[in-house]
Amino acid sequence: MKLVNKAIPKLDSGALTAGKGVYTDDIAPSDCLVVKVLRSPHAFARIRESRKEAACKVPGVVCILTWQDVPKIRYTLAGQSYPEPSPYDRYILEQTVRYVGDPVAIVAGVDEACVERAIKLLRVDYEVFTPVLDFEQALDNPVVIHQEEDYFNHFDIGGAPARNLVASGCEGEGDVEGELKKCDVVLDRTYYTKANAQAMMETFRTYTYLDYNGRLNVVTSTQVPFHCRRTVARALGLPMTAVRVIKPRIGGGFGAKQTLVSELFPALVTMRTGRPAKIVYTRQETFQASNSRHQMRVRVRVGAMRDGTVRAVDMHALSNAGAYGEHASTTVGLVGHKSIPLYAKAAAFRFSYDVVYTNTMAAGAFRGYGATQGCFALESAINELAWELKMDPAQLRLQNIPRPGEEMPAYYHEPLSSSKLEECIRRGMELIGWEKKYPGGPISKGKARGVGMAITMQGSGISGVDTASATVKLNDDGYYTLMIGATDMGTGCDTILAQMAAETLNCPLERITVDGVDTDHSPFDTGSYASSTTYVTGNAVIKACKELLEQIVAEGARRLKIEPEQAEFDGEQVFDRLQPARAMTLSRLAQDLVVGEGTRWLTATASHCSPTSPPPLMAGFAEVEVDLETGECQVTDYVGVVDCGTVVNKNLARVQTEGGIAQGIGMALYEDVQYNGQGQMLNHSFLQYKIPCRTDLPEIRVDFRESYEPNGPFGAKSIGEVVINTPAPAVVQAVFNATGIWVRSLPITPEKLLMGLEKLHGKCQRDAV
Amino acid sequence: MRVNITVNGILYQREIPCDTMLLDFVRQCGFMSVKRGCDTGNCGLCTVWVEDVPVLSCSYPAARADGKRVTTLEGVQEEAESLGRCMARQGAEQCGYCSPGFIMAVLAMARELDNPTDEEIAHYLEGNLCRCTGYASQMRAIRAWMKERRGEGEP
Amino acid sequence: MYRIENYVFPSSLEEACRLLNGDLRGSAVLGGGCWLRLGRRHLRNAVDISRLGLDGIEEKEGWLELGAGVTLRRLETDLAVTGRFGGILGRSVSSIVGVQFRNMVTVGGTVYARLGFSDLITTLLSLDARVVFYRAGEMGLGEYLASNGCPGDILTAVRIPDDGRQAAYESLRRSRTDFPVLAVAVSRLGEDWRVSVGARPFVAARAERAEACLSRGGGADQAGELAAQELRFGSNLRAGEDYRRKLAAVLVRRAAQTLERGGEGCEG
Repeated sequence: MKLVNKAIPKLDSGALTAGKGVYTDDIAPSDCLVVKVLRSPHAFARIRESRKEAACKVPGVVCILTWQDVPKIRYTLAGQSYPEPSPYDRYILEQTVRYVGDPVAIVAGVDEACVERAIKLLRVDYEVFTPVLDFEQALDNPVVIHQEEDYFNHFDIGGAPARNLVASGCEGEGDVEGELKKCDVVLDRTYYTKANAQAMMETFRTYTYLDYNGRLNVVTSTQVPFHCRRTVARALGLPMTAVRVIKPRIGGGFGAKQTLVSELFPALVTMRTGRPAKIVYTRQETFQASNSRHQMRVRVRVGAMRDGTVRAVDMHALSNAGAYGEHASTTVGLVGHKSIPLYAKAAAFRFSYDVVYTNTMAAGAFRGYGATQGCFALESAINELAWELKMDPAQLRLQNIPRPGEEMPAYYHEPLSSSKLEECIRRGMELIGWEKKYPGGPISKGKARGVGMAITMQGSGISGVDTASATVKLNDDGYYTLMIGATDMGTGCDTILAQMAAETLNCPLERITVDGVDTDHSPFDTGSYASSTTYVTGNAVIKACKELLEQIVAEGARRLKIEPEQAEFDGEQVFDRLQPARAMTLSRLAQDLVVGEGTRWLTATASHCSPTSPPPLMAGFAEVEVDLETGECQVTDYVGVVDCGTVVNKNLARVQTEGGIAQGIGMALYEDVQYNGQGQMLNHSFLQYKIPCRTDLPEIRVDFRESYEPNGPFGAKSIGEVVINTPAPAVVQAVFNATGIWVRSLPITPEKLLMGLEKLHGKCQRDAV
Repeated sequence: MRVNITVNGILYQREIPCDTMLLDFVRQCGFMSVKRGCDTGNCGLCTVWVEDVPVLSCSYPAARADGKRVTTLEGVQEEAESLGRCMARQGAEQCGYCSPGFIMAVLAMARELDNPTDEEIAHYLEGNLCRCTGYASQMRAIRAWMKERRGEGEP
Repeated sequence: MYRIENYVFPSSLEEACRLLNGDLRGSAVLGGGCWLRLGRRHLRNAVDISRLGLDGIEEKEGWLELGAGVTLRRLETDLAVTGRFGGILGRSVSSIVGVQFRNMVTVGGTVYARLGFSDLITTLLSLDARVVFYRAGEMGLGEYLASNGCPGDILTAVRIPDDGRQAAYESLRRSRTDFPVLAVAVSRLGEDWRVSVGARPFVAARAERAEACLSRGGGADQAGELAAQELRFGSNLRAGEDYRRKLAAVLVRRAAQTLERGGEGCEG
């Protein structure tokens, strides 16, 4: 391969490192109305009255909308394929507000100052209710968060809004209780994860305008332009043809932008005023009024034999949807689906879940999408199990993981079509120095070190659902335009898809241009989420390119006056296989195709939907140093070894992995969303919500063990999400090996460790007495 | 109020509201490399130089820059180009949103510190957050760039 | 969101003070300006004193004098500062957000605001620093911290006795550039010790029993325990009261031990 499996700079790297204005707010017209949202200060309330007379009089204010002014159409903001498995439980503005930050009024004016002034002058009288803030108290709480009559689900997801239940379910195989009884060791543990913020550097932002056809144009920082088009149309009561969505460069998403957040506010203003409108979320709004990871409590029961064979896994997840149900039923599914299959020898498994509403910010999609929480819980339990069994946790994994070709009952009975997980584990052990360092212990007075590990899997797209299309055009100078609906959000998918196209078309990368997404021009794609782009869209690109190749050969043959079967195209020219000197260059052919008789502008479009979702796999190894007197913990080394199938772009895959691990370490140690008793989020800034800075992290080390996925483009699987999962359980185990304390509730704080140490030592002393 | 601020060598004489921050001022002048990433001075995305000193333009009143010389990434394109190339070679820009502020901080560091160690580099750049990369690729890019500047690396 | 109606560069401290007192509630002095955006304030007058030449670092008559406009970054780079007190001033501020931030934040703005989480105040308190106000004149930093503040006055300088004191700094942060969970500065001149503990989360205070203990040779361990007992601690987002108290004992002990060994950079 000439271009695939190479370290190629991103196509947009020149523009990005030169600081060109290529993001949404950089290209918004200067005459946009400024849109801002007045948000509820209460976690649960009903608006008795809102008075806007004084606010309307502020010079420059053009439009103020309250709940009476918006369409009474229920919808979901989740960027999922239709019919979405998320409840339609929102209005753009509603009389009932369900969390601190829920929108109460939309204000638009000619500048920020007048809009701010008007917001201050809005008078809203609330009837305040007792909120449900603790997700463990939400189910069947007398306070019911969604009482609306037009609450709607496309199909049964096991929800019961009267019980504050968004979704529930149970699945499994075999006799779990019976198998657990047969086991030598059974562990029953409960783990907690927080509602982490995606914290991409570019906050949510959108601008909208009506074009000369009167259509609503929505330029927005989104991962899901096509879902966005559908949802904007629905929520505003417009036909889909009246909406066009454009995605420029995006400053990161990590799942946050798989849910619509900022789009509807300016869209509604533009529809009402006819004027262009723009909203740019503040960082506080981004923390407080968008979406986050689902907070979860996961109970794991795992049973094993003395020899380390895991025979039964039972998991129950309680997930906090927050105030609205976006991604509620699907996120929770991954808790079990992406963790249990790795213990392939289990004779029985069960996974059950409840997702509940509370009066906190709605959760949504965040890289890992439930798999992260599931991995933390099950991998931690397996690490605890290894300790109980006095077994090396790496050996325990090597003994239980599925082998290539083996069927995975807990993964929809899909076969493991490609896997180098075993090599990933062995390579990781080698890099971290496992044999020497495991488990760890004191290194000096008051300091201890420990190592820990975890394995994980994700999927590659949603099988049987995610659909991608690609169009490739031969331009009149012999260059190609690749059009995709997948959304590069900084990950580099435009580049890797161009690599695949160039590889297939047998041409240099420079001969391919890739455009951003515009729903009027780009072919349909469900969007960039669920680790689907490389695998699903990649296959669509290859199909389209192959089809175009056939057209090129056919048209070349026609001009060479030979049968297509006799013609061949080497990327530069079409020639007669029997007399290679008889040839026509591509540029000549391309020009010929657009002039005069016999013209045919060559373009090919192909779509792809995969019946399976082959899992990328990874082993992660952490080393930590803990100050036993203060509880301070630092990750001193992290090794991640990934099997993502063929690595399409060596740089970008590596950076994906390093970045995912960094986010995972953030989740393990720093990122600590907290609410006060009134439901106000306390960490709504980078001052209070600490994502890792560069001195918090070791220089993360990454390696690959490439399998060849037979269903993947050039053998590739996905990389984007799998990389975030291992740090939490690996760091927790490393901390245990350094201190003797299992932290089962994230994040690991110095306070938890020191208090744990005191308790532990107190107990030992008592034991000694 | 009226201010005279020289941005990237061009004098801008503007009437501005008193509470305008330098970030908004330079963007209004068309220098779109300067980004806002937070409201609290924590992220470093908005880093520009005032009289060659790196500051956070989100928290620097434009009024205070009156009569001063401000530099954004647009004003040091030549100096930044080789660093940008080193970043691209590592994939270290990723979404690119933090790149301009990061580059301005690295260039300031290169002027301030002589042959810094890895530790000194990381400490100097602590105030530049990035959510995409985990920072390792940025470090590789800086090392390669510094090597190149010393005439040791590939051009 | 904050608003400023008038942005003024006074030409003298006298004018600055007049402006300030003309409308006490609606006016404020701008130091580094970094926390300005955090408050939802409506300022009729923003009084920018950055052009009054208050950014000098001077060594005179047994004092190190830091002008109010000196940035935190200069505490890390100016040789007159880094060469004194074991380099504690620069080291204690070096974890505050980032270089760009410290290029803006000023000594005067930090001290005047008496912020609980301040690393710098913790350090200055251990160095017997004094604060100089334009109108109220000079007073001990401790006295200022305990007072009701000096509204309408302008802090012009911080003075530190240039007495060859050695000092050591310890803090614990949940992430490297976060506010401290607890900050401790201990200084020593012969057998004369100072122990200052900040971010409790309350503003720094001296632990006098711990100081006395160290002065009479009671040892670092005991001093740590005493500091933990005698000071008031509280809870916030970053940690609880109990944890802070335990941490205080450890960090005070460590800082004192560093000085018992002869200061930073001296091992064993």
